Amino acid sequence: MSSLLKKAFLNAKKENRPALLTYTVAGDNTKKKSLEILKSISNFADICELGFPHNTPIADGGQIQTSAYRAIKNGIKINDVFSIAKNFKKSKKNTPIILMGYYNMIFQYNENKFVDKCKKSKVDGLIVVDLPYPENKSFASRCKKNGVNFIQLVSPTTSQIRLKKIIKDSHDMVYYISMLSTTGGKLKVSPKKILERYNKIKNQNKSKNVVIGFGITEKTIKSLKKADGLVVGSAICREISKSIERRQNTVTNITKIVKRLRNKIQ
Amino acid sequence: MKLNMKLKKGVPLIDQHDHQGFWGGKFGGSFIPETLKKPVEDLTNEFKKLRKNKEFLKKRDYYFKNYIGSPTSFVKLKNLSNHLGGAQIWAKVVSEANGGAHKIYNATVHALICKAMGKKYIVGDTGAGYAGKMLSMAAKKFGLKCKIFMGAKDIKRQKPNCDAMRENGAEIVPVYSGSQTLVDAVSECMRYWVSNCDNTHMCVGSTVGPNIFVKICGWSTAQISRELKKQLKKEFKKIPNKIKLINCVGGGSSAYGFWSEFIDFDKQQIELIGVEAGGPKKSKLHAAPLSRNAKVGILHGAASYVCQNNEGQINDTESISAGLDYPGVSPIHCFLKDTKRARYTYATDEDALNAHVMVTKFEKLNPSLEPSHAFAEAIKIAPKLSKDTIIIVNSCGDAKKDRDILRERLGKH
Repeated sequence: MSSLLKKAFLNAKKENRPALLTYTVAGDNTKKKSLEILKSISNFADICELGFPHNTPIADGGQIQTSAYRAIKNGIKINDVFSIAKNFKKSKKNTPIILMGYYNMIFQYNENKFVDKCKKSKVDGLIVVDLPYPENKSFASRCKKNGVNFIQLVSPTTSQIRLKKIIKDSHDMVYYISMLSTTGGKLKVSPKKILERYNKIKNQNKSKNVVIGFGITEKTIKSLKKADGLVVGSAICREISKSIERRQNTVTNITKIVKRLRNKIQ
Repeated sequence: MKLNMKLKKGVPLIDQHDHQGFWGGKFGGSFIPETLKKPVEDLTNEFKKLRKNKEFLKKRDYYFKNYIGSPTSFVKLKNLSNHLGGAQIWAKVVSEANGGAHKIYNATVHALICKAMGKKYIVGDTGAGYAGKMLSMAAKKFGLKCKIFMGAKDIKRQKPNCDAMRENGAEIVPVYSGSQTLVDAVSECMRYWVSNCDNTHMCVGSTVGPNIFVKICGWSTAQISRELKKQLKKEFKKIPNKIKLINCVGGGSSAYGFWSEFIDFDKQQIELIGVEAGGPKKSKLHAAPLSRNAKVGILHGAASYVCQNNEGQINDTESISAGLDYPGVSPIHCFLKDTKRARYTYATDEDALNAHVMVTKFEKLNPSLEPSHAFAEAIKIAPKLSKDTIIIVNSCGDAKKDRDILRERLGKH
């Protein structure tokens, strides 16, 4: 059976465009609001990444940190994250959802229980920022057995040998980190260079869907539209912060920005 | 993971991990983002080569002797011993090292590695400011550009060390996220390294972080116990039969350095006692994951006992001593705890302050708030012990940096 993730990429390909992936933090700024945001943006996004916030993130920049702290302050718990995912799936059963976060949260919850809960909540994929290959091998295969895609990350520092092994062990989707940066950094590498590297990854195995993330905003998204998918996270989190500050409706504002992003790659 | 809670003899503890970097199959490892895999691997290979390279070892020994000022002295605290009765109390005065604390060993070695790798920039974290101050000194000495990440709260409470860093030409990057202390400084420093690992070397200020940083730091501070071993033999003709080595433990770099040569000894002969920061007497917060039974968790790239909640969010910590104010601890100390080779306890802020007052009253020694935690334990147990017991405290930092806190808490000074 083809996974929802695969289907989402296929659908985008049919329309001759990359899949649009969004990242928001569960519970930012409340449980209810983050679910509303998800439901609304999924009208324009193909795949939704949902962050489970951690208070000691070692790879996130300021925007996502702010969102994460806000969510934690508002009392978000891991079980809430699962219930947001589950509720989302009730109304959007064909939109894949990917949970993303740091390993300590999974470790404390218990690996088995976590994967089990993912399955029950109909979570389609999982990204664990600080559980790299090959340390993630056994956990990744446990995910796969339970129908949860474990998404491997590849970065500009990944060596050729390592790349081969990672791609071989990957599932339906691979995440390419565009540059040496935390999330939300300014794109400091030319799109041409990024796509060159992207093609190298793609050439390893054409059937893997490779998405590019980090540094992607309304300004830069168009230049990378040749990719299978593009992830926008910090630009969305920044908009949530701004909307809260201005006491504006976060759901409408975030939906607008996601709609604009989608139009740029149409 | 295969658990193996057994110490090996004849192998340095820093090398007793499995191929994935875990001590006892449980503590340590390298939980890092993909981007850092390559730089960490490069550093691991470089260190493996350098520690066998005679030229490099010669260089290290040269700078340890002529720049750091090894060996630091080993002295008997006669007045304090007489006052308390019971065991003899001695001190290894590591605060005599250039810069005033043990952090200079790790900083010097990292600067040498950075040079060897052809990198021009070096970054580091700091809590009490000693790791930062020493890294800025070493960077200046070896012509490297230096950035230090420090929590905004710590910048305020450790001003003398901040002044020193700036004088050495380092840039201090204040960290405003989270609790604005060491834990946030380490996170921010790692984030900076993620973004700049192509031309920048990172120094982790203690025996924490991904496996390789634990190893480099422990390898550097081990100098302390190499010196002490010689000094013991000289002073007592042999290693005495009843020794207690007491050291404060934050990340645990000075404690590992103080103990490394003695881990193979029977614990009846040489007991290792680590003293963590118990925080203010009336507060629930502390920085004592080992002695107050925190659960294992992952923090800053390694598995260790970590002060955290059920969900895995890292807890706020509180301690008068910025250098011990850290929710995690070295995987090496977790291993020593679980194998029962070392015993861990804690001292409160008040205990440490009282110890500082007592030591400075009786001796010409000015231990900073970090080793004052160790002295608190020594003062507590000495009267109950026999005269032939030798208590040795690692006085690993000088209290100059604590000037403002001591003035506030003790009135004068």
